[in-house]
Amino acid sequence: MFQYTFHWRPILNALPDMLSGAWVTIQIAVLSMLIGTIAGVLLALARQSSNKILSGFATAWVEGARNTPALFQVYMVYFGLGSLGIHLDSYPSLLIGIAFNNAGYLAETFRGGLRAVPPTQMRAARSLGMSAPKAFVYVVLPQMFRIVFHPMTNQMVWAVLMTSLGVVVGLNTDLTGITQELNVKTFRTFEYFAAAAVIYYLISKVITLTARLIAWRVFRY
Amino acid sequence: MFETSLIWNDLWFMIQGAGTSLAITFWAVLGGTVLGIALGLARSVAPWWINAPLGAVLDVLRSVPLLIQFVLANSLKSIVGISWSPFLIACAVLALYTAAYCTEIVRGGILAVPKTTRRAARSLGMSYRQDMVEVVFPIALRVALPNWIGLTLGVMKDTSLVLWIGIIELLRSSQIVITRTQEPLLVLMIVGAFYFLMSFPIARLGARLEKRWREND
Repeated sequence: MFQYTFHWRPILNALPDMLSGAWVTIQIAVLSMLIGTIAGVLLALARQSSNKILSGFATAWVEGARNTPALFQVYMVYFGLGSLGIHLDSYPSLLIGIAFNNAGYLAETFRGGLRAVPPTQMRAARSLGMSAPKAFVYVVLPQMFRIVFHPMTNQMVWAVLMTSLGVVVGLNTDLTGITQELNVKTFRTFEYFAAAAVIYYLISKVITLTARLIAWRVFRY
Repeated sequence: MFETSLIWNDLWFMIQGAGTSLAITFWAVLGGTVLGIALGLARSVAPWWINAPLGAVLDVLRSVPLLIQFVLANSLKSIVGISWSPFLIACAVLALYTAAYCTEIVRGGILAVPKTTRRAARSLGMSYRQDMVEVVFPIALRVALPNWIGLTLGVMKDTSLVLWIGIIELLRSSQIVITRTQEPLLVLMIVGAFYFLMSFPIARLGARLEKRWREND
């Protein structure tokens, strides 16, 4: 029906490069998740605060991150900030863009998680003599992370998939970037992108399985 | 700062881009929802040996970046030798992607109906069809609809990725305008406002439905 020979040799030759690209992809995803988690907790707290400016800022961040495409956010960092005199390379702009996006989605997740922790827990901790920040960090946060662990795993997979957007702003060290570079050199589009798809699939499976293992180790009573 | 070389034509060009984005969203969500409902129904009743492979295939669609799916579909097109326009490819890929998520939403909605409710319906003398239409669907809809709205908005935002296979949608049109006016921040702000206006009201509606229906339970 159609004549096309799938060439395995170029894939095998390119595999070491692509795997090193996969490592960069994982790095960006993990870093963006770390930044996103910290910013997300702060945003969730800021949205509850009675300070109008603080809660307004947090609401603007969350709604902005959730209601515009991730690619737009990366564009905004890469092209938009240039107008303000901030010129970032494609790696940091991708990282900032994804971290911004993660923080917005995670803040919403954390807000639900914080609401699910009974307020009596906080009061009990306070009446035992813990200071408010200490009670929050040692009593409320661990219970919240137990509740939001599964949505966070999903967000982690999302972060990995979002790193593929880097190629649009010219990143050529992550998995998609290296794949695209091999593609424009050889025009073996289908082979290379199929291989990249397999690697992305494996990465997200590994994340899901690792998360299940961690949940089983850490969160059992 | 308030002097700009942006003209009404540029704005009109971007509105046309937004129209393309919405058109792709419409066809993708339409196709994906029909396919998703069919597959979701199948998955909620099928035996495990159909369910497991089907679930695995849909899982692949959810675990591979959309950008890569677009490129793969585009090159597969030339391999197979069909001459679809990039627009059609974009709609087809996004429809499959939507279907992968919609299947789980539909399945989740149907499985959320308690078994006892369905048994009660059957023991009142309702047929299987009546049980599905009169009991299961109304309850499943309440669980599924807010998620479906979220999915639709997600797909709308994901249409920004089709610029990679050469379709001029909202984000790409803004880039073209930027190359002319050299004012990235202003143009991108306008694009952001467009996306926000397309997404935020519907997101609000979804959140409201979810809240109202939960209170009635």
